[in-house]
Amino acid sequence: MNWDWLGRNSDRIVDLFVQHAWLAAAATLVGLVVALPLGAVAFRYRWTYPPLTTLAGLLYTIPSLALFVVLPGILGTRILDPVNVVIALTVYTVALLVRVVADALASVPEAVRQSATAMGYRPVRSLVTVQFPLAVPVIGAGLRVAAVSNVSLVSVAALLGVEQLGSLFTEGFQLNFFTPIAAGILLSLLLAVLFDVVIVLATRLSTPWARAVPSR
Amino acid sequence: MISFSAVSKVYPDGTTAVHDLSLEIPAGRITVFVGPSGCGKTTSLRMINRMIEPTSGVITIDGTDTRQIDAPQLRRGIGYVIQNAGLFPHRTVADNIATVPVLQGVTRREARRRATELLERVGLPTSMARRYPAQLSGGQQQRVGVARALAADPPVMLMDEPFSAVDPVVREQLQTEFLRLQEELGKTIVFVTHDIDEAVRLGDRIAVFATGGHLAQYAVPADVLRRPADDFVAGFVGRDRGYRALSFAGATGLPVQREPTVRMGAAAPQGPGGGEHRWALVVDDDGRPRGWLDRDALSPGDPIGLQHLRLGGSLAAPGYSLRTALDAALSSPSGRGVAVDDAGVAIGTITLADVVAAIEATDRTALADPAGDDAGAWSPPVLAKGAERTVPAGDRGVPR
Ligand SMILES: Nc1ncnc2c1ncn2[C@@H]1O[C@H](COP(=O)(O)OP(=O)(O)O)[C@@H](O)[C@H]1O
Ligand SMILES: [Mg+2]
Repeated sequence: MNWDWLGRNSDRIVDLFVQHAWLAAAATLVGLVVALPLGAVAFRYRWTYPPLTTLAGLLYTIPSLALFVVLPGILGTRILDPVNVVIALTVYTVALLVRVVADALASVPEAVRQSATAMGYRPVRSLVTVQFPLAVPVIGAGLRVAAVSNVSLVSVAALLGVEQLGSLFTEGFQLNFFTPIAAGILLSLLLAVLFDVVIVLATRLSTPWARAVPSR
Repeated sequence: MISFSAVSKVYPDGTTAVHDLSLEIPAGRITVFVGPSGCGKTTSLRMINRMIEPTSGVITIDGTDTRQIDAPQLRRGIGYVIQNAGLFPHRTVADNIATVPVLQGVTRREARRRATELLERVGLPTSMARRYPAQLSGGQQQRVGVARALAADPPVMLMDEPFSAVDPVVREQLQTEFLRLQEELGKTIVFVTHDIDEAVRLGDRIAVFATGGHLAQYAVPADVLRRPADDFVAGFVGRDRGYRALSFAGATGLPVQREPTVRMGAAAPQGPGGGEHRWALVVDDDGRPRGWLDRDALSPGDPIGLQHLRLGGSLAAPGYSLRTALDAALSSPSGRGVAVDDAGVAIGTITLADVVAAIEATDRTALADPAGDDAGAWSPPVLAKGAERTVPAGDRGVPR
C-alpha cells in the first residue's frame, strides 16, 4: 500500500466513489421503477409471465461490455456518456427484478387481494396501496441482489473510459501498481455494503407490520 | 331485496358451479346458503357483488340489474366478510375498518374516529385500534372483519363462512353477538356456511345447495329439518335432524317442578338420600345453579364445596325449546333439567319423563309453521299441578 499516493489522490478517489455510487444507484432505482409495472403485468396476466421472464433472462446473458458498446449506437448518445452505463445497468436490473416483483406479488395472500376487490378497490389502487406494500419484503430481498450486482457491474464501464472506481483497476493494471487496485476493491465493497444497509433499513421502515407479534 | 333469476355460472374450465339459480332474498333478514363443499355457495355469493360475473341470468338488488352499476362502486355499498377475515396485514385495526369510508372519500381522521366506535360495537376494546391484525386472535380478527364490513353502513352484507375458522366456543359467542347485532341493524344478510347447525341457528331462511350448483331447497329452517325436499337434503341435514327439529318446538305447557335447593357452603342436607333424592341442586348466594350434589358421597352436616359437585349440565333459560329442555334433562345427573329465569336464578326442574311426554304430545309433522314465523311462539312454561311457584327462599337456606 502506497499511502502517499492515496493521500495525493484522495480528492479524485472521492470523486470516483461518488460517481460510482450515483451510477449504480440511478440504475437500481430506475430499474425498480420500470420493473414494478412489468412485474405486475407478468403477475396479473399469467400468460405474459413466461415470455417476460424468459426475455428478462436473455437480456441478463448479454455481456455488459457488449451492451456498453452497442447502446450509444442505438440511443444516439456519445460513447463516453455515463447515461449509457445507467441505461445498460437498468436493463440488467429490470431483467432481474421483473421475476422478483411478479413472485413478490404472488406471495401476497389471495384472501387479502380478494378482500381488497370486495371492499371496492379498483385494480391499480389495490396494487399500489395494498399489494405492493405487502410485497415489499420479497422485493427488498431481490433489490439487494440487484444493487450489489450493479455496484460490481459499474466497474466494467472503466474499459470505455467512463470514470468511476473501476478506473482505479485499469490504471493499476496499466502501471502495474497495486495501491489503486486495492483501494478500488475496498471502496466497491464499502459501497456494496452501504447500499445493502440502506435497502435493508428502508425495507424495515416500510414494513412495521411485518414485525408485529401477538401481544397480550 | 336481492333476486337471482335463472343465474348460471360455468367456469372457463367447464365446471358448472351454479346451475339455473332462481331465488329471492328478503330485505332485512338473514338468508343462509348451506351445502357441502364445492356446491357453488361462494360463487353464488360473489356473483351478488360482481366479484364473479354470471355466465347467464340476471341478479338484481332492489330491482336494479347489478350489471348497470360500476362494479367497484357496487361493492362499496355491500359489506363483505371473508373466511379468516382477510384483513390487510399492513394496516392497523382502525385503518382496516376505515377502508371503505376512505374509498368513499371520507377523511382518514373521520374514518378512524368512526372505526373506533365500531370496535366497541363488535365487542372489542378501543385500545386495539392501533394494533396490526397479526397481533389479534382469530376470533378478534373476525370481529374486526365484521366491523370493516359495517363501516360504511351498507344495507347488504355478504358473509362467506365468517366463523368457520375459529374454535367452537368462540364461534358460538360470535354467532350470538352476530344475532344481537343483526337485531339492532336489520341488514339484508347473505351468509354462507357448510355447517347445517350454524345455518339453522342463524338463518331466517335457508337455501340448501346440492352438488353441481343446484338449489335443492329454499325454506325456513324448521321446514328444512322437518320436511327435506329430497334425499339429498335429508342426507345433508343428517341423522340428528329429528333432534335438531326440536329446536323449533316451544316448550309451552312443559311443567316445571319445584326443586329444593341448598346453598354452596351450607351443610349437606339431612333426610333420606338415594333414589330421586340422591341428587340435590346446589345454588350460589344469588340462587343461580352451581351443580348437583351427590348426597351419597357426603355425610349429612358436612359443608358443601365445589369439589363435591357435578358441574356443567345445560340450563333451560326463558324462551327454551324442547331441544334445550331435553338436553338440560339429559345432561343432568339427576335426570332433572334445571330451568332458570332471565337473571339465571333456578326456578325449578324439568323431568326427562315430562319432556318425552311433551315431545310425544307434539304433532311433529306440523310443528313448524310453514309460513315462516317459527321462532316467535314461546310463552312461559306452566308449573305442574300442585307445585308452588319454584323454591321458597327458606329451602335455599339463604338469608337474603
Ligand atoms: N375460478 C374457478 N375456476 C374453475 N372452477 C372453479 C373456480 N372457482 C370455483 N370453482 C369450482 O366451482 C365449484 C363451486 O365452487 P364454490 O362456489 O367455491 O363452492 P363452495 O363455496 O360451495 O364450496 C367447485 O367445483 C369449484 O371447484
Ligand atoms: Mg366456499
